[in-house]
Amino acid sequence: MSNSAMTEDSVSIIKPKSGWSIADWKELMEYRDLLFFLVWRDVKVLYAQTILGFAWAILNPLVQIIIFSIIFGKIAQLSSEGVPYLVFSSLAIIPWTYMSSTMGTASQSLVSGQGMLGKIYFPRIIFPLSSVLSKLVDFAISFLIILCVLVFYGIAPTWNFLYLPIFFLFMVILPAGVGMWLSSLAIRFRDVRFGMQFGIGMLMYSAPIVYSASSMEENIRFIYSFNPIVGIIEGYRACLLGTPMPWMYIMPGFVVAFLIFISGAWYFKRMEYMMVDVI
Amino acid sequence: MQSSNIAIHVEKVSKCYRIGLKEEMHESLVSGLLSFMKSPLNNYRKYRSLYNFDDIDPDANDLDLFWALRDLSFKVEKGEVLGIVGKNGAGKSTMLKILSKISFPTRGQIEIRGKSSSLLEVGTGFHPELTGRENVYLNGTVLGMKKKEIDRKFDEIVEFSGVEKFLDTPVKRYSSGMNVRLAFAVAAHLEPEILIIDEVLAVGDAEFQSKCLGKMGKVAKEGRTVLFVSHNMGAITQLCSRVLWIEGGRVREDGLPMDVVTNYLSSGAEGEGNWIRPSEEGDAERGAWLKGARVASARGTEGPPFFNFGERAKIEIDYEVRDEVRDCSVYLFLRDSFGNLLWVSHDNDEFFQLGQVRGPGTYRSTCEFPESLLQPGQYFISLGISGKPQTGQCFTLLSKEGKTTNAVQKEYHDVLKFNISDAGYPFVQKRIGMLSPSLSWKLERQ
Repeated sequence: MSNSAMTEDSVSIIKPKSGWSIADWKELMEYRDLLFFLVWRDVKVLYAQTILGFAWAILNPLVQIIIFSIIFGKIAQLSSEGVPYLVFSSLAIIPWTYMSSTMGTASQSLVSGQGMLGKIYFPRIIFPLSSVLSKLVDFAISFLIILCVLVFYGIAPTWNFLYLPIFFLFMVILPAGVGMWLSSLAIRFRDVRFGMQFGIGMLMYSAPIVYSASSMEENIRFIYSFNPIVGIIEGYRACLLGTPMPWMYIMPGFVVAFLIFISGAWYFKRMEYMMVDVI
Repeated sequence: MQSSNIAIHVEKVSKCYRIGLKEEMHESLVSGLLSFMKSPLNNYRKYRSLYNFDDIDPDANDLDLFWALRDLSFKVEKGEVLGIVGKNGAGKSTMLKILSKISFPTRGQIEIRGKSSSLLEVGTGFHPELTGRENVYLNGTVLGMKKKEIDRKFDEIVEFSGVEKFLDTPVKRYSSGMNVRLAFAVAAHLEPEILIIDEVLAVGDAEFQSKCLGKMGKVAKEGRTVLFVSHNMGAITQLCSRVLWIEGGRVREDGLPMDVVTNYLSSGAEGEGNWIRPSEEGDAERGAWLKGARVASARGTEGPPFFNFGERAKIEIDYEVRDEVRDCSVYLFLRDSFGNLLWVSHDNDEFFQLGQVRGPGTYRSTCEFPESLLQPGQYFISLGISGKPQTGQCFTLLSKEGKTTNAVQKEYHDVLKFNISDAGYPFVQKRIGMLSPSLSWKLERQ
């Protein structure tokens, strides 16, 4: 669809397939109020009628951290690069929780939104996008855990903190890209949902969340770091602990994350025209 | 396309769907096993073909292709109120979906000048856990309004809906009527240049319906372009300046409302003496559904079934219940050939008990109309079924986000048709009025 401003009217043309565009930013801006309300709805509804409310956002990762600290830290005694295991794991689990839950929800966003999909028009990209944004609220709340842990162990902030926005950004665009790919695949192939269930579990072990990658042989570690999750997790740790930033093992992942994001937006737009017909 | 007076220009639009691909029959266990092992590849091909129509010729007649629209073309001028009629399955809803940018054409294109908003369902986006106030904002933004716009119109919307007292309770506590009123109140305050409406006026009670029609009339007078699909011929002839009759995915007639509607109704396009419900999307999940209906014990073996004036018209409705359904009822609407809705009647009107359960099985409800009441003429029956499955809600409005589970509520318009003849008409001349009862009068000298 193209939009061209005539003297007073906005003209839109509805054609069989969309072209090679990546996203219609102007249109998205027009619907920003809707995006806001959908995100707000997701957040509000999630904890509606619960007693604990937002505390669940903390409980979930907190329990994981404690269990992993006991199992991998104390019992298995995995190396944690000189830092207490609790710190080591919590700095990784919080961003990982965000990424995994966002990928899961975003991939099902079109399927679970099919009621609205078939009855009203708004830019379809809002579906996965609202998952990406609403989970940030959970992330912000659970970030408190990280702050508490850092304070408790007396780990002072360093200049590395300034890099944090970069890793935050990639922590968001990776699940956004994956979400766009998977959501448009999920409406055609319901396999995606089943694949996600064990895929996410596997993915957790593909990045240095519960173990350290520092003892890996250099070449292997380089190939390993093409997984964007690796770079993001290593980056978060280095930012918050002040340890040297392993850029060589972060950049490959960034490139991959960026490509996934761009290609995801492109694929999503390409598939938009038939979403309602096959859901 | 150069004229800036055309609001909507539909050019040779075609839409194709792939339906029920044939299953292969297996003759031996081996071939069955082989087919099972090959199935991931076949499944992929099958799913891919659901939307891939690159090589399809519009005139191809493959058995698994269904052309919902064929080379549809028409123009709508700014300020026109265009009514669209056609029997169920003619392609009206498909066309509206494409005009609303929800679905895309397989061929052809549409040019729309001006901002358009579509109302294909009442209450889209409503979430049961949110309050009425919150849902107004949610529904409003879903329909395309900006937050500032909603802020501005908020009080008007609330007043129109009449649910002011309950504005801050979650809508899951609302009655279905309240839900409809609130949802429609939001929709009624849309101010787009082009408004596309699909039969949403079929919900709500009579008072509310007339309020909606009134609002639509106002919208039409404001000079907006309106596209209005309906089976309510009365509304169509009242509000529209032009009517399009869609049949088999094409425009069959295009002209003045009274002309087109009269031709449409008398073509017998609507209704017959016997009706079998066609299978639909979502059938596998329904808790209860209508199977068919017929005009029973009628006269007239050739031509439409009829009853004499003094006879009771009888309607039989067959339906099937799969899960236990509470407060189930099958109901019918009776309308005359002028589009007037005469009555609605539910099969549990007399014995209504809250929570009454209908267990799984096949049922037949038969309804008899009082004799010597309906004016001679042609009548149409619309049917509906509603109920609450034990596990969850049934009204589309209150469903959980996304799929409606065990949806029972469904209505079918003008599926049966019968005549009342004037044999036995007690009055010397044909009277005016929708009904012609013989009332008892008492004469007393004072």
